[in-house]
Amino acid sequence: MPSDPPIKSSEITGEDLYKAGRRRFMANVAYAVGGAAVFGGGLVAVTRRGGGAPAPAVSALPVLEIASQTTPSPAPPLSKSDPPTPIEDVTSYNNFYEFGLDKGDPALNAGTLKTRPWTVAIEGEVKKPRTIDIDELLKMFPLEERVYRMRCVEAWSMVIPWLGFPLGKLIDSLEPTSRAKYVAFETLFDPKQMPGQDSSVLPWPYVEGLRLDEARHPLAILAVGLYGRTLPNQNGAPLRLVVPWKYGFKGIKSIVKIKLVEAQPPTTWNAAAPREYGFFANVNPSVAHPRWSQASERRIGELSRRQTLPYNGYAEQVASLYDGMDLSRYF
Amino acid sequence: MRGPKPGDWLPWSVWLGGLFPAALLALHAWRGELGADPIAEALNGLGDLAIKCLLLCLACTPARILFGATWPLSARKHLGLLAFAYVVMHFGVYVLVDRAGELGTVVEDITKRPFIVVGFSAFVLLLPLAATSSKWAIKKLGGRNWNRLHKLVYLIAILAVVHFVMRAKKDITEAAIHGAVLAFLLGVRVVDKLKRSTRKV
Repeated sequence: MPSDPPIKSSEITGEDLYKAGRRRFMANVAYAVGGAAVFGGGLVAVTRRGGGAPAPAVSALPVLEIASQTTPSPAPPLSKSDPPTPIEDVTSYNNFYEFGLDKGDPALNAGTLKTRPWTVAIEGEVKKPRTIDIDELLKMFPLEERVYRMRCVEAWSMVIPWLGFPLGKLIDSLEPTSRAKYVAFETLFDPKQMPGQDSSVLPWPYVEGLRLDEARHPLAILAVGLYGRTLPNQNGAPLRLVVPWKYGFKGIKSIVKIKLVEAQPPTTWNAAAPREYGFFANVNPSVAHPRWSQASERRIGELSRRQTLPYNGYAEQVASLYDGMDLSRYF
Repeated sequence: MRGPKPGDWLPWSVWLGGLFPAALLALHAWRGELGADPIAEALNGLGDLAIKCLLLCLACTPARILFGATWPLSARKHLGLLAFAYVVMHFGVYVLVDRAGELGTVVEDITKRPFIVVGFSAFVLLLPLAATSSKWAIKKLGGRNWNRLHKLVYLIAILAVVHFVMRAKKDITEAAIHGAVLAFLLGVRVVDKLKRSTRKV
């Protein structure tokens, strides 16, 4: 076996040179690690914060006492049999720009909203315009549990067990005049309680509207709770609209005014971006948003995407409301 | 004794520090701490990191022009590759997780959703740049050609910002900040170039 050639003395690294090299190496390591800490820390600081709001403690959400009088959930089709989205997600992942633009912001910031005392003004084409106290409104109609799909225009969805009453019952009790053709809704405007209203991202207050026949459809409800509990502030307390066959932004939150009107009322997202958000906003997989497809959606809590259904799966009940309408024009 | 040369340690800092946010994101995902829509959160986070690394890469030359700092130049190539790595992760999560590898919907998406067309174009244009980042490639292409090819990075950065603006539902503050930074960085170069050409006359 050939042995390695002997190392010449001239090839041996001198001790001082070796020490200098080692010192340089250690200094490089120190600089590299220090630089990495600065750079990595800086990047984390300037990029989007991972994670949404911490889910609020469910036990902190008061049980809606009146819910004990709830009539049992009506059989399908009024309620969907899909498994409901966990309450932690329903109450920590919200679009409610009055409290910030990130999905986690409403859960973090909506504590400033005071839901008592609260009144709802009834105006317009009704026999007797009046202002109803929320606690009175809660007792006017038996509450029902409705497990509805909620499809956001951003292509995600949830299944939420709401507590509420049909909007149609309220409208009938108001005795609309023959001139009433539409219902207009308005959210509270108070930047002190709703700090997001200081921003000009949308025109405030948030307004929404329905055609009268849509508003009277038995699927359209005014919700005052979810999961058997009082509606959390971030979900639109104390009173919100739920129209399950339409994109979620139609479900106006924290309502202070309901007005019956003759002409189609302005609606907030339509006013902000008329090409992208229509008055009707019916869930429709075959009419794409100008910048993204509406053909599929991700159900919160699921990994794979689902096909989006016409009218969010409520076509059998509501499609006839739109007979003869060009849905790509009236989107 | 002079301090260590930036060229020796800075690339390590870029990679070690630059991949730290990815590791953090992976940890959050593993522990289920990305909120109700973890896929969207991961996609947004990775895309945001990609664009920020790209802007940092484009800031190296203006740093020399404005402050005479040459040390960032030894990080430039690595910042570019780091940005590319984040684009690959962003695209990978989109194809493999968001679309669950269903290539049909990916193709439909890429062709039908304008903001994805724009983002995908930026990704495709990045490929030749990433492939020619080595010294060997510079030699093989020749400095002039290499420089010409790598001018594409400006177009890529513009596409990336447009991609970011187009996907926003309404609030474009963040995207606009990226746009403003990019405009500033490109502006510094243009002004510098004009100055130098007038000096020549």
